[in-house]
Amino acid sequence: MAPETKHLEVTLDTHVESVNLAEEMCLRVAEAVGFAEDECYRIGMSVREGVINAFHYGNQEKADKKIYLAIDLTGEKMVIHVMDEGKGFQLKDVPDPLAEENLLSTSGRGIFLMRTFMDEFDVVPGRTGGAEIIMSKKLPLPGSPSNNGNHKPSNSDAAPHQEA
Amino acid sequence: MPALYATTREVGVITLIDLSGRISLGEGSALLRKTIRDLLDSGHNKILLNLGDVNYIDSSGIGELVSGFTAVRSRGGELKLLNLTKKVHDLLQITKLFTVFDVYTEESTAVGSFQ
Repeated sequence: MAPETKHLEVTLDTHVESVNLAEEMCLRVAEAVGFAEDECYRIGMSVREGVINAFHYGNQEKADKKIYLAIDLTGEKMVIHVMDEGKGFQLKDVPDPLAEENLLSTSGRGIFLMRTFMDEFDVVPGRTGGAEIIMSKKLPLPGSPSNNGNHKPSNSDAAPHQEA
Repeated sequence: MPALYATTREVGVITLIDLSGRISLGEGSALLRKTIRDLLDSGHNKILLNLGDVNYIDSSGIGELVSGFTAVRSRGGELKLLNLTKKVHDLLQITKLFTVFDVYTEESTAVGSFQ
């Protein structure tokens, strides 16, 4: 029987503190399912960058708009969704921060970091009309070097199963 | 999550900023920006950032480092980096900024490198 997907969803205010909150939440889930410290760092950083993107570029820092964060734990991977209420964007329109002419740009590295740190990354139109960032990381295998010993097989109680 | 702390000291004509904590969106980035701007406004344009106790930088913090670098350079000065932690080192490497900044592991060597 296929393992149950566990789902956690929160709605965040468009506020700087939401960036830290989202990072903390995802870090706790990542630790609970057994990701090693380095992978937790990469996941936390990616969530942080996703929410910064929603806060700054998507919602234009407007307090009346919301940011939607969701985590799905399938039997194979941790999938993170970050949705904003902005106008949306297409990945092809995002400048390459590694291009010589952009190296001294003071912004525009968030998408690159998410792409680099996660196994899968995409941006699609969200149901809120804004952008939806979808990124995932394959779960560590029980007993693998990247596993910190906390991981339990599917349907573990260590994973969240709630909606806020 | 810990904030950013910054203390400045003079080493000859160099101003060394010892940073500890996180350079990230919000207070951390804002403090770094203010510290560098205040130094530039008071005529200090040879700045060495000691990042030995900075354990985290996000894209906002990276942007602030770049902003500081260009602001100092536009005033005819130099901004260099000292003592990167592994995470910060790796981050600067993957963003190709390692090729932009002068990075040192020894304070005396870093101080001696300024014109």
